[in-house]
Amino acid sequence: MKQDEFTLYGQGLQSRLLLGTSRYPSPAVLAQAIARSRPGMLTASLRRQTAGTGSAEQHNGFWELLRQCGVPVLPNTAGCHSIQEVLTTAEMAREVFETDWIKLELIGDDYTLQPDTLNLVDCADRLLRMGFRVLPYSTDDLVLCQRLVDVGCQAVMPWAAPIGTGKGPANPGALRTLRERLAVPLIVDAGLGLPSHACQVMEWGYDGVLLNTAVALAQDPPAMAEAFADAVRAGRSACLAGAMTPQDVAQPSTPVMGTPFWHQS
Amino acid sequence: MSTIHITLNGQTLVLPAGATLADAAQASGVQPPFAAAINLQFVPRAQYPQTPLKTGDQVELISPVTGG
Repeated sequence: MKQDEFTLYGQGLQSRLLLGTSRYPSPAVLAQAIARSRPGMLTASLRRQTAGTGSAEQHNGFWELLRQCGVPVLPNTAGCHSIQEVLTTAEMAREVFETDWIKLELIGDDYTLQPDTLNLVDCADRLLRMGFRVLPYSTDDLVLCQRLVDVGCQAVMPWAAPIGTGKGPANPGALRTLRERLAVPLIVDAGLGLPSHACQVMEWGYDGVLLNTAVALAQDPPAMAEAFADAVRAGRSACLAGAMTPQDVAQPSTPVMGTPFWHQS
Repeated sequence: MSTIHITLNGQTLVLPAGATLADAAQASGVQPPFAAAINLQFVPRAQYPQTPLKTGDQVELISPVTGG
């Protein structure tokens, strides 16, 4: 079988599973989840050093984990509500993480964490002009995703459902339409809860999945991380293998010719 | 001695007049790695000592944390 490479912005990634690093029971559990799933990228963020986000020692512990695990880091702009907040956060992330990858999150609604669809394209355009490799978190709106591609995004990351809900694809038709209409790599980002959800979207032809909460809040996060990695591989293999066309009428899989006790109903 | 009043990570900080971003970072106790912005504009690390602050400046110093 020929090599099935996963390439974003010209860079080959080792896995089609991109994993978030938040909400794990402990840093040790996160490290085990990374080891068990070997994700293609790890997402990270930037926050003030306060009691709410951990002490300086905890910050440095996470920093050391990122540096030691050898997985490329994908910083996000989580929590940004304006284009300027995104641009500044992205520049700060580029300096700290020493990478020009950026997961563009521009939030338009705090309740659903839906992206600000009216400003997302302009924001992506500006980041691209600043030299970033932009992976935009978007809704499943076809025209929005097309416009993101038009300004130069070499991949788009539509949601399956709102962040952290674990509901799985809320609008399968929209996701499948996106796959049919857009040629760039598509990564489902947010809303997946089960490995079967990940397998499903990979079967539809998605190039990868990005998830966090479904692993972090599992009873055994490392085992669930591995299950997701397996599901992503299975879905990808199935996509490449080509599924049969569904039929409305039953067709016996065992040969009819020579059936004993034959009778016509 | 005259002073300036800035906001650093949401907290008021009083510094001597003429203080730079490097001085503010040191006074804050924030541990590296971190990145800085003043009034929502990114400031590269190398420019901290040459970046004067003035009263009313909003300084953010942010560090790597887990994220989704």
